[in-house]
Amino acid sequence: MRPFIYTRANSPSFAVQTFPSGSAGPDVESPGQYLAGGTNLIDLMKIDVLRPQHVIDINALASSPLGIISTNAQELRLGALVHMADAADHPEINRAVPVIAQSLRLAASQQLRNMASLGGNVLQRTRCPYYRDVSYSQCNKRRPGSGCAALDGFNRMHAVLGTSDQCIATYPGDFAQALIALDAQVELQGANGTRAISVGALHRRPGDRPDLETTLAPGEMITAFVIKPAPWMRRSLYLKIRDRGSYEFALASAAVAMDLEDGRVREARIALGGVATVPWRAQAAEALLRDQLFSEANAQAAADAAFAGARTREHNAFKVELGKRTLKRALTEVAAMEA
Amino acid sequence: MSNNRASFTPSRRKFLMTTASSAAGPVIARAFTGEARAQSAPRNQREPVGVRLEVNGHVQDLSLDVRTTLLDALREHLGLTGSKKGCDQGQCGACTVLVDGRRVLGCLTLAASVDGRSITTIEGLTSPGQELHPMQQAFVDQDAFQCGYCTSGQIMSAIGCVHEGHAENDADIREYMSGNLCRCAAYPNIVAAIKQAKAATQSRLASKET
Ligand SMILES: Cc1cc2nc3c(=O)[nH]c(=O)nc-3n(C[C@H](O)[C@H](O)[C@H](O)COP(=O)(O)OP(=O)(O)OC[C@H]3O[C@@H](n4cnc5c(N)ncnc54)[C@H](O)[C@@H]3O)c2cc1C
Ligand code: SF4
Ligand code: FES
Ligand code: FES
Repeated sequence: MRPFIYTRANSPSFAVQTFPSGSAGPDVESPGQYLAGGTNLIDLMKIDVLRPQHVIDINALASSPLGIISTNAQELRLGALVHMADAADHPEINRAVPVIAQSLRLAASQQLRNMASLGGNVLQRTRCPYYRDVSYSQCNKRRPGSGCAALDGFNRMHAVLGTSDQCIATYPGDFAQALIALDAQVELQGANGTRAISVGALHRRPGDRPDLETTLAPGEMITAFVIKPAPWMRRSLYLKIRDRGSYEFALASAAVAMDLEDGRVREARIALGGVATVPWRAQAAEALLRDQLFSEANAQAAADAAFAGARTREHNAFKVELGKRTLKRALTEVAAMEA
Repeated sequence: MSNNRASFTPSRRKFLMTTASSAAGPVIARAFTGEARAQSAPRNQREPVGVRLEVNGHVQDLSLDVRTTLLDALREHLGLTGSKKGCDQGQCGACTVLVDGRRVLGCLTLAASVDGRSITTIEGLTSPGQELHPMQQAFVDQDAFQCGYCTSGQIMSAIGCVHEGHAENDADIREYMSGNLCRCAAYPNIVAAIKQAKAATQSRLASKET
């Protein structure tokens, strides 16, 4: 790990002001990083992928609204520094929006969930082995224009949706999928004040600039996630398929929520994990279900539509069928829920 | 012979204490503020950071390279080598310790970020000559290890698991202990040990002991 200047922030505005200024270049070259749980940042600094000169520890802000979950009928507000474990065990989150609690509970391990924050979780970097090993010179995400070692390498874990010729890295998290399925907003604080955007607008597809991870301005900090809860969101779940039964990233996952009345789908929400370069909202699949009676045939049609644009490489073609089956099962289970 | 050696060779622990001043005693521990100290303007990247930790009831003032993890602070600076370094990447759980009673991974925790916090390691569960912690005893009784490399992490994680209320049944224990890998695959016996020690661990928590 390279040495860095360590600063503890005692207010969001201090944190934002302390963040070293600079223009938005490749993510790995950011001169500053906020430290929350550190479970992704310290890991990536140890292996020399992230090399900040300045680390701004924001954990003291947990005693501000950033560390709090607040719920009422209009709004479910999750502070960015809330630990994954605390949100996963929160009774009202489990009752009102089970997909959120499940996506967190099925992620990482309890030690990691005790450390990791919700804000850091959403911003975690890909687990692409060529990104994480700096001895590979080809990685467009780390070194723009250098090529992509995964395209013709070992790409079993890589994405089939949202890829480009420059990068096929999978977005590894689970929680962001649950958020986008519920149309959550993310609140941000930056040098120019505060703003809110939809979580679905936070991550960038790789396109021809895989080195740019998000739409955040340099130094912009996540302060909270906000969900407008509707009663039907109780009918929601997260299904995650992995190589082992626990403590593993998704091969394929689905966050689903459904507004169902007398067997008819009024609203369906689908977000996919493990198969795409960003948290992936499957709108075409949702449209096929909406205003129809729920049936197995419709669930299959939705699953087919969700993967219609899939592009596979040598080792990851299995993810198309696995992803469809995952989604179909998730839809069938959510439709059968007592909500 | 061994007496002579002891009087001429400072123990590893004593030697390491020269990098750490230790104000011992539970009395001081109770007065511990538990708050990170304010820290002002950015300084030089190579300048050591002052970190105050309460480790197993003793206040320790350390001066550390800013990159030092909690695991390295415990092992290399305080001589507490019970917490193990397995992967150093957050993947195995061998480095599990309790920070303010919650189980975390020492290898991904920056020591500076837990300034002002209370740390409990395997060494803090009991003292020489005293009874083992019920979780330690259960691991012995149930033969819950072979090589023992993962064991201190398993035991600290198991105590955290019981405290959290995540040891309700076998499936629950397996799920919430999945962050602790055991290369010797002692898993069934680890589950049995946690079940054996659950009630005693809960009653120790009720009486404010780890
Ligand atoms: C072995 C292992 C298994 C894992 N398995 C899973 C899994 O199955 N599913 C899953 O979802 N995750 C998994 N993870 C990832 C883990 O959940 C993330 O590392 C964690 O959620 C990151 O949160 P953090 O608070 O530790 O972030 P940090 O490491 O502190 O920060 C991560 C990044 O986010 C930035 N950041 C943090 N907070 C903010 C903020 N408020 N505003 C702006 N920027 C911020 C940091 O600067 C940094 O760039 C796993 C991790 C490990 C090590
Ligand atoms: S898939 Fe993306 S992250 Fe992985 S090697 Fe290619 S460019 Fe790098
Ligand atoms: S050494 Fe920390 S998890 Fe392996
Ligand atoms: S006892 Fe050997 S690794 Fe667990």
